[in-house]
Amino acid sequence: MALQIFLTFSPWNCLLLLVALEYSIASSDVNEPANSTAQHATNAWFAASSSEPDERISVFELDYDYVQIPYEVTLWILLASLAKIGFHLYHRLPGLMPESCLLILVGAVVGGIIFGTDHKSPPVMDSSIYFLYLLPPIVLEGGYFMPTRPFFENIGSILWWAVLGALINALGIGLSLYLICQVQAFGLSDVNLLQNLLFGSLISAVDPVAVLAVFEEARVNEQLYMMIFGEALLNDGITVVLYNMLIAFTKMHKFEDIEPVDILAGCARFIIVGVGGVMFGIAFGFISAFITRFTQNISAIEPLIVFMFSYLSYLAAETLYLSGILAITACAVTMKKYVEENVSQTSYTTIKYFMKMLSSVSETLIFIFMGVSTVGKNHEWNWAFICFTLAFCQIWRAISVFALFYVSNQFRTFPFSIKDQCIIFYSGVRGAGSFSLAFLLPLSLFPRKKMFVTATLVVIYFTVFIQGITIGPLVRYLDVKKTNKKESINEELHIRLMDHLKAGIEDVCGHWSHYQVRDKFKKFDHRYLRKILIRENLPKSSIVSLYKKLEMKQAIEMVETGILSSTAFSIPHQAQRIQEIKRLCPEDVESIRDILTCNMYQVRQRTLSYNKYNLKPQKSEKQAKEILIRRQNTLRESMRKGHSLPWGKPAGTKNIRYLSFPYGNPQSAGRDTRAAGFSDDDGSNPGSSSVMFSARSRIRSLQKQQAQEIIPMKSLHRGGKALSFGYQRSTSQEEYMGGSRRVALRPKPLFHAVDEEGESGGESEGEAFAVRSRWTTDRGHGRDYHRSHSPLLQRK
Amino acid sequence: MGSRSSHAAVIPDVDSIRRETGFSQASLIRLHHRFRALDRNKKGYLSRIDLQQIGALAVNPLGDRIIESFFPNGSQQVDFPGFVRVLAHFRPVEDEDTDLDPKKPEPLNSRRNKLHYAFQLYDLDRDGKISRHEMLQVLRLMVGVQVTEEQLENIADRTVQEADEDGDGAVSFLEFTKSLEKMDVEQKMSIRILK
Repeated sequence: MALQIFLTFSPWNCLLLLVALEYSIASSDVNEPANSTAQHATNAWFAASSSEPDERISVFELDYDYVQIPYEVTLWILLASLAKIGFHLYHRLPGLMPESCLLILVGAVVGGIIFGTDHKSPPVMDSSIYFLYLLPPIVLEGGYFMPTRPFFENIGSILWWAVLGALINALGIGLSLYLICQVQAFGLSDVNLLQNLLFGSLISAVDPVAVLAVFEEARVNEQLYMMIFGEALLNDGITVVLYNMLIAFTKMHKFEDIEPVDILAGCARFIIVGVGGVMFGIAFGFISAFITRFTQNISAIEPLIVFMFSYLSYLAAETLYLSGILAITACAVTMKKYVEENVSQTSYTTIKYFMKMLSSVSETLIFIFMGVSTVGKNHEWNWAFICFTLAFCQIWRAISVFALFYVSNQFRTFPFSIKDQCIIFYSGVRGAGSFSLAFLLPLSLFPRKKMFVTATLVVIYFTVFIQGITIGPLVRYLDVKKTNKKESINEELHIRLMDHLKAGIEDVCGHWSHYQVRDKFKKFDHRYLRKILIRENLPKSSIVSLYKKLEMKQAIEMVETGILSSTAFSIPHQAQRIQEIKRLCPEDVESIRDILTCNMYQVRQRTLSYNKYNLKPQKSEKQAKEILIRRQNTLRESMRKGHSLPWGKPAGTKNIRYLSFPYGNPQSAGRDTRAAGFSDDDGSNPGSSSVMFSARSRIRSLQKQQAQEIIPMKSLHRGGKALSFGYQRSTSQEEYMGGSRRVALRPKPLFHAVDEEGESGGESEGEAFAVRSRWTTDRGHGRDYHRSHSPLLQRK
Repeated sequence: MGSRSSHAAVIPDVDSIRRETGFSQASLIRLHHRFRALDRNKKGYLSRIDLQQIGALAVNPLGDRIIESFFPNGSQQVDFPGFVRVLAHFRPVEDEDTDLDPKKPEPLNSRRNKLHYAFQLYDLDRDGKISRHEMLQVLRLMVGVQVTEEQLENIADRTVQEADEDGDGAVSFLEFTKSLEKMDVEQKMSIRILK
């Protein structure tokens, strides 16, 4: 703990240093009224020359204005990054408050410094700069990291909620504020309806993703995650569309000239803008996916293609006054599936990280700018407007949440509970989007722009700080419904087992919602799109690449550490323990319970948790790796059984740990291995197990019957050990030697790796192989089998 | 679902399956659709390989056992009725099931049958008892690799000890049921979409 505090000190020290540096620069900047005089002055300072300034070459010069803008922008970004490092060093902090809190604070500090030194802040936030450079990365990142399947499963609800919610909020807040403005006492009567509507639309732009990190602790359910995510994604687009439309209205003639025709045209335009943007995005997504099909040899430009095409979709849509945000979102979503399969592993990582970085930088700049403009002279404080804005934001969000969800719950298979709705309501945190739109209001049309900016800032500060910090405890409070009484160990184990079981059966059943539409799309996708857009001969999914990675590194490590270094065979020891039933004391029970809760595998979740600010390796990935490694070890184990090789010791305790499969009662297994060993030696040439093996397989394949017939063989050797044991073995082997293309999880390399040390000794092997051989010849996979089979033979 | 309703005719013995499992027509059609999707080579039955190709099962710690439960009595294939019979255990318990005719066999999704299904996941040798060894195996499956073998054995000991009442060192089905009497098994082992 002390070390942690120490560590937090040093980045804060650097922070202070940087701040001091900037202050000194700012102050020095202030002291130089003009360019030329500055140069002269500095020349006079540093040049060791005569007093005629223009005629001598100066040794040292200082020209700050040349680099001012990039220099300060870079300093801002660095400052924010250091603050983030400090933020994450204290590991509990991210769970307490969203990171946007921190960014705003840093921005306010910088703003304070700049204001204090009377420095002119760099023109970061210009309308064109914001819309052209700062906004697209943020939206692109949101679209790219969206989990697509849950999104599309819930697309009805998400569209309903996001679109209608934004509209209701915007119009509701605008209208209510207009009514307030009519009250003479508040001095707001010069704010007309259009301006209020515009303000309503920009203030309803929520950024709930910022609070998702806070949710993670409380394990919010997936559907809720998706709703919040979807809302964030579509919200920006809709708000900007509304905003632009209303600005266009404002620019039109006076308010009285607006006729119903215009309003209808406005609505039609809304739809066209939205849908058109999406179409553009999809088109560009397909084009870029198609191009990545050919980039095998120049994989360095793959990230470039991805980014350029996304950006191009944004710009192209903006040219036609369509919604660039929706375009870039649609482009990212479309592109992701195909691009991920086409690009190389390093390009994939590059794309992910670069996207995160770009969006991080953009957001940082916006927040800092927000902080900077907080401390300044461009404010107008009007109590009534601000308080009512705050109040109406909350009220209208509550209304829209509860009303819309009430309706959509009627049609959902998994309706949202009131608790979920409360969470959604409370997660309406405003972010950089609203601020940017407020800041960019044209002053000519909005004489009271400062008031709007102030109100927006107040709302943002309130929601980010107060709601952001309290939402964690709220979620945890709402979540704790279960009684706190301790469950027995039995119950814990069985509950977890049932959860896994339920998840497994759900996977067997497959996903059912929108089954037909998805099914049709999948068929279409398979038949046409994938052929066009994806390179050939590729693994099908990231699980395969994950598997390959672990295949090559860790599996071999596990082999070497796990099996070869097996400790003494302690099976007899276990046999004795069955007789003693120890009575355990309560502390042991507690510790056991702790062990269980910490170490049991989590049930798989459909949506991986999303963190906006970094890409953490998923816990579920580690868990999946472990499980896959175990299954692989089962195979190795079972292939090694019955070895007569000296190093092939019977399974030690360490190996048992890694077996995912019940490879039978240890005592009988011990007997079996010895028996099997004997039978090997008796029945065939020792060492040329392949001969025995192929002989058996030939025998088997001659008798074209089902596997039941090998029962007699087994019972001979095992003295009647349960049949299920062998079958389980054979299934695990089948899955590994399945070799058909469809078995995406078991690519060929696995078999060869297993080959290295898996001798085909053991009669159980022979049976299993035989079973498989019969099956595969029956099924016509004979090709695969023989191909995988032959290396084994050849090696001997 | 207009064009799909004709599928009801495609499913053989659909009425007897309905009676046995209690699924609705729509659910059976969907399950049949899923069965056919899993049965890639159109054999008319599923084998272990077909089930193993469900990716998510591979990273489920109990994946192999779940697959195994579809093949009772050592068979190598499961046809549609068998497939549905297993899934019927996970049908949500509805109120109308409780006032059934006592002479009829217990529905597959009764609490007892659900528990029996879970019990069979533990009891692989089908001797009607979960021995300490079987408990240990399940624990191994479900716990990460950081836990040492001795700790696991302790846990297995304790688990069996807690549930074992007649002191035979193994957990019979009755004891298993009794240890879970406070748990809402019906809710834990129900999948809402299987109506």
